[in-house]
Amino acid sequence: MKEFNIIICGVGGQGILLASEILALTAMESGFDVKKSEVHGMSQRGGSVISHIRIGEKVYSPLIEKGRCDFLISFEKAETLRWVHYLKKDNPVIIVNDFKIIPPFVSLGLDQYPQNIEENLKNITKNVYFVPAIEIAQKIGESRSANILMLGLLSRFLPFEEKTWEKVIKENVPAYTLDVNLKTFKEGRTLLD
Amino acid sequence: MKILLSGNEAVARGAWEAGVKVASAYPGTPSTEILENLAKYPEIDAEWSPNEKVAFEVALGSAIAGARSMVSMKHVGLNVAADPFFSSAYTGVKGGFVIVSCDDPGMHSSQNEQDNRRYAKFAKVPLIEPSNAQEVHDFIKFAFEISEKFEIPVLFRMTTRISHTKGVVEVGERKEVPVKDYTKNPQQFIILPAHARVRHKVLEEKLINLREFSNKTELNRIEKGKNSLGIVTSGISYNYAREVFPGAWILKLGMSFPFPEDLFKEFYKNVKEVIVVEENEPFLEEEIKIMGYKAEGKKYIPLCDELTPEIVRKSFNNEELPHPEPIKSVKRPPQLCPGCPHTGVFYSLAKLKATVTGDIGCYTLGALPPHNAMDTCICMGASIGNAFGFEKARGKDFSRRLVAVIGDSTFLHSGITGLIDIVYNKGNTTVIILDNRTTAMTGHQDHPGTGITAKGERTREVDLAQLAKAVGVEEVYEVDPYNLKETLKTIKKAMEGENPSVVISKGPCALLKESREKFKTKEKKRVNDEKCLGEKCKACIRLGCPAISMIEGKAYISPLLCVGCDVCTQVCPVEAIE
Repeated sequence: MKEFNIIICGVGGQGILLASEILALTAMESGFDVKKSEVHGMSQRGGSVISHIRIGEKVYSPLIEKGRCDFLISFEKAETLRWVHYLKKDNPVIIVNDFKIIPPFVSLGLDQYPQNIEENLKNITKNVYFVPAIEIAQKIGESRSANILMLGLLSRFLPFEEKTWEKVIKENVPAYTLDVNLKTFKEGRTLLD
Repeated sequence: MKILLSGNEAVARGAWEAGVKVASAYPGTPSTEILENLAKYPEIDAEWSPNEKVAFEVALGSAIAGARSMVSMKHVGLNVAADPFFSSAYTGVKGGFVIVSCDDPGMHSSQNEQDNRRYAKFAKVPLIEPSNAQEVHDFIKFAFEISEKFEIPVLFRMTTRISHTKGVVEVGERKEVPVKDYTKNPQQFIILPAHARVRHKVLEEKLINLREFSNKTELNRIEKGKNSLGIVTSGISYNYAREVFPGAWILKLGMSFPFPEDLFKEFYKNVKEVIVVEENEPFLEEEIKIMGYKAEGKKYIPLCDELTPEIVRKSFNNEELPHPEPIKSVKRPPQLCPGCPHTGVFYSLAKLKATVTGDIGCYTLGALPPHNAMDTCICMGASIGNAFGFEKARGKDFSRRLVAVIGDSTFLHSGITGLIDIVYNKGNTTVIILDNRTTAMTGHQDHPGTGITAKGERTREVDLAQLAKAVGVEEVYEVDPYNLKETLKTIKKAMEGENPSVVISKGPCALLKESREKFKTKEKKRVNDEKCLGEKCKACIRLGCPAISMIEGKAYISPLLCVGCDVCTQVCPVEAIE
């Protein structure tokens, strides 16, 4: 059974925990062992957030070892950089929500927002995808479903059936958002076609 | 049935299955979700207590009275509850009694990374350390059985990565455990010196039996290896050891105190070298060395900070898996939310250039830029005593610019005694209670000031102003923190007064439902670029509101983040915010 090590990162409040929950549940429903690790508490208040998801036949460490991450899914551009050293050397996949959140430290002149993000990431792997996830999600109906769009894109690379994803989404999003979320997921899943 | 559970959810589920009747806790990351989940079960009497000491005493009382009981807290919470904890080892219990301590290696959300395994040895109670959510679920049942078999409290030690990692867990059903008969027994439960001397001996005998048990229990096991390397490990570290040393023999300890000496000796026969893989303190390493055996751990592995697989690999093999070079990102520390009621208070304190003794909660973020409005933060409730100490050291004049800042939940936890001290010992320090009507930082738990129980039932609520008056504070003010002028004026008046004073900032947390409903009716703000003074002003930026940033030299308010709280319009000198 193949192993999949996935990092989902971004800024507190972007729906990272829900996306990683849906991913982990889909893996479990598909018969895999799975561990999902994230930190709650102080970092949720607008800080940097990361979730490690490990999927395989038998998973021990909840943390992905540096050099073992297959997929880096980032909901904010600069946050992608923070975790690139977790990626494996050999053809990792990076999916980036093409969206910036400027932290107050930058506005206060205490730090600078990084430049050349695209270039830096392309130097790491040829498999980099920048997606205007918020705009696409908004067009479909709800900008907050950008996390589901990103998940749809990731789903193309994973061996789980579409109906399993849909079942888990159905069980984990509020009923009144289900239609929009399913549509957004499908859009993400076919985005690279 | 297999379900995906976090360690905290698994401990609640396992405890419910084990027939727990009474559960108590005070919220604290990473332990909070344990009681939140226990409270969902109708069979369990679950309460948020005002602090960990009370929580401990309630659960201990239930255990003495014959019921299976559990108390949960973060690692530093056990410091608060240490007094009854040590006594409880002497008295022992009738119903099973388990203390869940969630330690925070790496200090994701804590002030220190104390290793509470040391508490088990110090207080002389058995210690259980699960390695994943399934073990959490299974071991908690063992913990209750051990507690009842030896009539002793059991310390169940988890860490952030155990508490907050979700994994696949095979769950079962609840088995009711009847409350045991209660008979009065003063020699056991009244720890007068004469009784305690006897009880100490009883405890030492229990420990001898527990050590024997530790050698035989299925919680401890030897995993056969293919080479001559022997790893001794427990808790989360077991997972890293399994991945980094695939061929090694492993002594995997689920019950790590009393240390299973005979089992270790048997393990030792099979290996040439023993390495101890453990996070923070050399707890297991010391046990092995005390026995007179050779082992190394902290010689290689760092004592500070959380372990990761790469740290374990690098410590022993001096190698890393190949990976891309790190790239510098941007500093993004946590911050107060858009519409946070604390913003106005810290903006005022920064303006007043006050000396601020702080406390534990979201408002500790007032210490960060742009407010930088905090001088100390030590532990739960310390702000008030610290402020009074400043006043004693530096005099009454200094105290006119001195204030203690504490949240409502923290004030009820252990701030009230500090306030009594100021009144009793004739101080004039000012205390600001940031009453946001919840325990916000840990994810919105109710407390005695909110009028709602852990079960979601209405109850009598503590009136903070009345409470302050009752202990003898005559100057008690209430302010609306969204009104900057009033907030600043009131704080200044209170600080300059000759008497002890309390200012209650009344603003519910911006993430609470009642606030979200209120904000729904407000219009989001936008900046008029023609009026905005840009880089040379930045008055709105100094509020530290996450919705406001500088873009191309002008202030910009994100419509996605703004809640329309109206505070920024009060600081703009040219009315550019509309």
